[in-house]
Amino acid sequence: MILPALPILIPLITIIFLLFNFQRREWQPWIGLTGALLQLALAIFLAVQVKTQGILVLHTGNWEAPFGITLVIDAFSSIMLVLAGIIAVSVSIYSIDAIDRQRQSFFFFPMVQGLMMGVNGAFVTGDIFNLYVWFEVMLTASFVLITLGGEKKQLNGAIKYVSINLVASLFFLAGIGLLYGKTGTLNMADLALKLSLADNNVLMNTSAVLFFVAFSIKAAVFPFFFWLPASYHTPPVAITALFAGLLTKVGVYSMIRFYTLFFVQDKLFWHPLFLWIGGLTMVIGVLTAASQYDIRKILSFHIISQIGYMIMGLGIFTVAGIAGAIFFMAHNIIAKTNTFLVAGLINRVTGSYDLKQIGGLYKIRPWLSILFIIPAFGLAGIPPLSGFFGKLILISAGFNAGEYVISFVALAVGLFTLFSMVKIWNEAFWKPRPEGVPPYEGENENLPVSMVIPVVFLGLITLTMGFAVKPILEIAMNAAGQLLDPKIYIQAVLGS
Amino acid sequence: METLLAIVIGLLYAAGVYLLLRRSIVKLILGIMFFSHATNLLIFVAGGLHKGQPQFATDGINAVSANPTDPLPQALILTAIVIGFGITAFFLALMYRFYQATGTEDLDELKEGENK
Repeated sequence: MILPALPILIPLITIIFLLFNFQRREWQPWIGLTGALLQLALAIFLAVQVKTQGILVLHTGNWEAPFGITLVIDAFSSIMLVLAGIIAVSVSIYSIDAIDRQRQSFFFFPMVQGLMMGVNGAFVTGDIFNLYVWFEVMLTASFVLITLGGEKKQLNGAIKYVSINLVASLFFLAGIGLLYGKTGTLNMADLALKLSLADNNVLMNTSAVLFFVAFSIKAAVFPFFFWLPASYHTPPVAITALFAGLLTKVGVYSMIRFYTLFFVQDKLFWHPLFLWIGGLTMVIGVLTAASQYDIRKILSFHIISQIGYMIMGLGIFTVAGIAGAIFFMAHNIIAKTNTFLVAGLINRVTGSYDLKQIGGLYKIRPWLSILFIIPAFGLAGIPPLSGFFGKLILISAGFNAGEYVISFVALAVGLFTLFSMVKIWNEAFWKPRPEGVPPYEGENENLPVSMVIPVVFLGLITLTMGFAVKPILEIAMNAAGQLLDPKIYIQAVLGS
Repeated sequence: METLLAIVIGLLYAAGVYLLLRRSIVKLILGIMFFSHATNLLIFVAGGLHKGQPQFATDGINAVSANPTDPLPQALILTAIVIGFGITAFFLALMYRFYQATGTEDLDELKEGENK
């Protein structure tokens, strides 16, 4: 069955088409968009397949499971693929007008597809070395995207971004090497089987710590987050939105995958650590955001803060906790990308991201303020939007598991998130226009339709997730149940 | 042989960290290269060194008892070397553009450009 390879093949074929037509700049967005739409359609189809038929497995080249590279799509992967598809479609539509001509003619769309190939590959692979390769594919594409255009500011952010991510990759690679030396296998299911039978698990902790450091850097978790706010505000906002939605979440995805599937022996060490790290990530992210005045910087710090919630879900380690983390991740990918896209719209109208230069937007663009409120208050966790339920599930899972401290921390952080979102709201939309600021360039122009459609689309998803919590939570519970019972995964991959 | 390689790997990591902490971007890139070479050697040693043993066996039973060399770590290292090579090339190009744009290759200059 070739199905599990298609999420990788579709972006690859799209890249080939894009490169063949790279001199026809006006075709580029449309080819890219077609590829993205196909990915979304395929992801939804795969999700239905996984629901009806169970885990999908492909042994590439017909090499049986522990020897060849295995591609596996379980419920968790299929959810992530759908989310990646949604983001790809939104960003592709948004980029038609938001990305300038020059960037479009210099391989912007092939790189977006390259990034999607890496992200999808990381979600479907069942082999740790293959995961490293997909990480590199994703990173290389993101390196090009973050430097594309070559503005001084971008190069500045890119050097930090590139160097820290390379170091993280090398930690990951070292972990793989040591784990292979100890177990003699790279297949995730086989690793899970071998590690569950091994009697001396202390030795595995060296690899586990290396993986933890590597994924923490990628996911921008507490002691390793500093590169993110230093680089994410530098590229054009469509690129930042793509990064904010997907890159850090691939780190979280890998962490959840690794620490539910095979590093499950040393619970007493890891789970309190996850709770501490999750709590610190939330608090530090949200407090540093409060002092910022650039919209993109505020939002970047909030990416960090919200990663903390997902790590908290992993630390609670019950079905409800993991389901909460998955639900929260789904909500966060959608809402976070959307807030960045709205920040782009604000910039289109006012020509600035600096809250001190902006004001009175509610008066001139009432609809824009509604488009901002949905994702922003969704992030802050106001009912009936998706963020409220994400936090509710996580916090109630925390109380049920007896983790009171982290649950109260999560509640308090929600309040501070609301403070930051209200700050953007007050400064950009409600306060009168600051004195001495010249009239905005885009004040009398209509916003391009292609930039509004994805914002509306993502806003509707945030609303739907809020109103249809029960079916979505059931999907997340199902995925979490699969994750916490590694036998299902092992059996699907290795047979017997 | 393992002991010697372990010491070499340790030295390479140490040199890599030292270079990463320097201010010059050229040294930063050299540091990352040292890091990646150290990691490649680490995989090589962790995969097990069996000198003079065949990788593939014509008759299966004898080969298992003869403790064959595992070819997989070398395949992994080959992939890692190729990826590392590409990334280093990219980073050098990035450094060159940065030098063109700013006229400096001092990492301390990055701080001042942050908010502009």
